[in-house]
Amino acid sequence: MTEALSELSAYIREARPSLVEDAVIAYDELTLVTTGANVVELLTFLRDDPRCDFVNFIDACGVDYPARVKRFDVVYHLMSPKQNQRIRVKLETAEDEPVPSVTSIYPGADWAEREAWDMYGILFTGHPDLRRILTDYGFEGHPLRKDFPTTGFVEVRYDDSLKRVVYEPVELRQEFRSFDFLSPWEGPEYVLPGDEKANT
Amino acid sequence: MTEHNVRNFNINFGPQHPAAHGVLRLVLELDGEIVERVDPHIGLLHRGTEKLIETKTYLQAVPYFDRLDYVAPMNQEHAFALAVEKMLGLEIPIRGQLIRVLYSEIGRILSHLLNVTTQAMDVGALTPPLWGFEEREKLMVFYERACGARMHAAYFRPGGVHQDLPHELVEDIGAWCDQFPSKLDDIDDLLTGNRIFKQRNVDIGVIDINDAWARGFSGVMVRGSGAAWDLRRAQPYECYSELEFDIPIGKNGDCYDRYLIRMIEMRESCKIMKQCVNRLLGDAKTGPFSATDGKVVPPKRGEMKRSMEALIHHFKLYTEGYHVPAGEVYAAVEAPKGEFGVFLVADGTNKPYRCKIRAPGYAHLQAMDFACRGHQLADVSAVLGSFDIVFGEVDR
Repeated sequence: MTEALSELSAYIREARPSLVEDAVIAYDELTLVTTGANVVELLTFLRDDPRCDFVNFIDACGVDYPARVKRFDVVYHLMSPKQNQRIRVKLETAEDEPVPSVTSIYPGADWAEREAWDMYGILFTGHPDLRRILTDYGFEGHPLRKDFPTTGFVEVRYDDSLKRVVYEPVELRQEFRSFDFLSPWEGPEYVLPGDEKANT
Repeated sequence: MTEHNVRNFNINFGPQHPAAHGVLRLVLELDGEIVERVDPHIGLLHRGTEKLIETKTYLQAVPYFDRLDYVAPMNQEHAFALAVEKMLGLEIPIRGQLIRVLYSEIGRILSHLLNVTTQAMDVGALTPPLWGFEEREKLMVFYERACGARMHAAYFRPGGVHQDLPHELVEDIGAWCDQFPSKLDDIDDLLTGNRIFKQRNVDIGVIDINDAWARGFSGVMVRGSGAAWDLRRAQPYECYSELEFDIPIGKNGDCYDRYLIRMIEMRESCKIMKQCVNRLLGDAKTGPFSATDGKVVPPKRGEMKRSMEALIHHFKLYTEGYHVPAGEVYAAVEAPKGEFGVFLVADGTNKPYRCKIRAPGYAHLQAMDFACRGHQLADVSAVLGSFDIVFGEVDR
């Protein structure tokens, strides 16, 4: 399995050296790293080349790394039924840096990109209909970002006097409990309570 | 006759329509009775599963998967368990694998029974759901006897399964497998040759195989269009490569072919279950049902009474949980509805950094516009029924 993947990876890098920044094989999976400018060309190649033949679009999604300058990863998963291979294509992008949409190559990317926009606020240029998809009509914010609180900002309730559903700021009976279960011997980088003066 | 103003109609289908299979809102643009455009509005059942999983440990994330495709809960857990096991490098003993396969196939029958019979209901038949649900009820009792819950199982844990199956349960499942084909024959008799059912399904929602691949279809949807593709055979996981079963494929890619495939798949699943039952009562009658790595799989109750190490492991696993090495994996299973995948990003702590759930129904529903354009309004519910949409997994 891994030999086939490294062969495939070498083949792609040789055929399109300018499009692939890096290729990694981990856990028997091949990941290609590319850039926003090259993604459309690379995916077209992966789909049309007979040795690749990645005709099946599996998924596209975002991943958030707030500490990075370009905070988002956009990850595409493709599959080739003929070669019986899978591949992952990854690129980095920033909040204000749109990624070209791949809907022209894979129509199945439509909702995946809408979801990435909805959940992370990643912009796609050339997408036919970049609306929110999973969140409520009129929702504000991008909930899967790491800086979006799990409890959210608003809650809804039916107002009997107004005869409609109203939005109100979230009010918690109990504070959201986020437990730190990481072992004090190996996990945390903060100073443990009682250890404030240990190193003075 | 005088010329009337001809205009297109926009109508709302759902969210509270019995044929919407849950909470789908379709905005249909109609020209007379011909569908011009379909705009599915989804997200009414969005619960933020992926966000919640990021705040939970790996073990606590398991039950969320039951609540995705709630008609075949364990198949979802399976994908998550495979992803975590891939990262941890765990090997599952054969008894555990057989139990997993057995229950995955029960899930497949649960899902197909619901889909086939409600699809029949969408196009006008009332008896099949009543017959199908009787069998589903029996299967859910098997779920309950294995893990204590009819639906929200949390049974497939990373490392194996939660607890062993009693032999009586395995025997009962074997006995169920013997009588199930005759029940299927009954439903078959009602539907397969039925004039109305054929009229509503044959040549409706035809999908070409190239379109199917490009639109991210999987499972029955590509098999119906003629691709001999099943992850259980193509990229085998667990012990599927040792089991004997056939993959039915369709020729026309229409709703009727997809119905036929589901019917045959149920018979094949029954065959697989029978093989698992025989092995669970034969060569794999005893033995471990989950990996023995104490750092991941919690110890048994009895051990905890005697062994201090087991007690410490138990405490650590149920508070801190286990750490998963940093990396990214994608693991997929052939769920009843298609390829259900989990893309897991771990950062080396006890919680997933990102857990993207790739639901087959999401890709299928997105093609509603493509499949329904130019069809009659009444065909929308037939196409929707044959796509096998469950909103738990579409909205996540």
